[in-house]
Amino acid sequence: MSTATVQAPPVVAAPRRLGHQTVHWDCAPAVIASASIGGPMEGAGPLGAYFDTILEDNRYGERCFEQAESKILRDAVRSAAGQAGWQLAEIDALLAGDLLNQIVSSNYAVANTPLPLLGLFSACATIAEGLIVGSSLLEAGVAARVVAAASSHHEAAERQYRYPVEFGAQRPATAQWTATAAGAIALGVPDPAATAASQTSGAATGVPRLPRLTYATIGKVVDMGIKDPYDMGTAEVPAAWDTATVHFQETGRDPAYYDLIVTGDLARIGSEIFREGMRRRGLDVSSRHVDCGVLLYRAEQDVHAGGSGAGCAASVLAGYLLKEMRAGRFRRMLFIGTGSLHNPIALQQGQNIPTIAHAVAMEA
Amino acid sequence: MADAQQQQRWAQKEYAALAAQFHPRPPIWPNVCRAFLVGGGISLLGQGLITLFQALGLDITGAMTRTSLALLAVGALLTGLGVYDEVGRFGGAGAAIPITGFANSIVAPAMEYRTEGLVFGLSARLFSIAGPVITFGILGAVVAAALRWAIVGP
Repeated sequence: MSTATVQAPPVVAAPRRLGHQTVHWDCAPAVIASASIGGPMEGAGPLGAYFDTILEDNRYGERCFEQAESKILRDAVRSAAGQAGWQLAEIDALLAGDLLNQIVSSNYAVANTPLPLLGLFSACATIAEGLIVGSSLLEAGVAARVVAAASSHHEAAERQYRYPVEFGAQRPATAQWTATAAGAIALGVPDPAATAASQTSGAATGVPRLPRLTYATIGKVVDMGIKDPYDMGTAEVPAAWDTATVHFQETGRDPAYYDLIVTGDLARIGSEIFREGMRRRGLDVSSRHVDCGVLLYRAEQDVHAGGSGAGCAASVLAGYLLKEMRAGRFRRMLFIGTGSLHNPIALQQGQNIPTIAHAVAMEA
Repeated sequence: MADAQQQQRWAQKEYAALAAQFHPRPPIWPNVCRAFLVGGGISLLGQGLITLFQALGLDITGAMTRTSLALLAVGALLTGLGVYDEVGRFGGAGAAIPITGFANSIVAPAMEYRTEGLVFGLSARLFSIAGPVITFGILGAVVAAALRWAIVGP
């Protein structure tokens, strides 16, 4: 095929693009409301009090775990919309994803509802991808109300990615526990008066702060040769390094700018490698870094290295992190969603685990 | 391009070395002891059953056959009750290698794939874990029989 004869038209510049991977939004998209749902084990963890709903059992009244996952995703979206004071029919786009093949949990969750769906997949980084796409829709003026959401379900994910749950396999210390959880975040551009009120008042008047999304750094797919699906934290660290480093370069910020730098989910061992690598890059994050997979469970809950799954980062962000931001506990947060993008067939065929990390800066 | 691939391989090697420093060593001796306790316990139960069946008047072959069946039933029952995965988590290979582990590897997928129906779910996926064990078991038996035939004749 000859390409020389056709002259492609030049394209216009993107004024809100900083460098190669970072974008900024001028319209001040903000978190209007957020909701999270957790399974019984997640509810028994340290963040139990931050969930809007805690399931009594992982089946949630459904005939199989996959349908239970759709139901928790649907309920999280309804809850976030309800807290935002929105009817489902008023939502311009739902940006949702999960871990199951063809993101079926999300597809079934919104079947026969008035929600227009843009399905996403970035594994555990899906909620970060949703926030980036959602804020860009708001910035472009093509949507006024969007909801970003993600879910995962322990039993449903285990059988797709690993073994049947009742099979008595021993897991290594690096293994992560797929969370049964969902998080949904309602995004919109608040009225300027409301933004001003939330910024000046804070705790004194009881008006919650509005976490605004300011910058995002879109991740590249990184493959650093890890093949072990029981070691996804280690596989995801190089993607987190890459995105975090690019974020600090392209925004001109340094780690001290943020009160909190969150990864979701590198778990315990991955978090240590992440901090060490950032320190070697001259970007020490140790004093302000937390990881959703570490936060979600207690050490004695026998989850090995910590939690994982699209619902882990989504529920920790929508529950604990955003609630604390609204309460003014921390003002500036860099949220880095990290995901392992493999499937079991690719690994059996000898491929490595490709990983991605998307970063979103939030300020309140 | 070859250079870039070489560089990527070096970077991957370097990363594996760094990551290894942060990986805890598997607790080999505690794991070995637990495997011994669990595997030994299951074997002891089996020996007890053989002795019991013999005391009830069966010959050794009959006693061993019934013991295997009884242990399969125990493994299947404990899997169904949601206990055997905990035993496996504690005992590792000590729980996987005895015949109870074989029962676990068949009943676990049976429970898992029941939601996809009896034929294309449960039946089709029943041996998704035990399949290699059966394949190599049969292959091993064929090879052993062939060797025996070659050495000592029919």
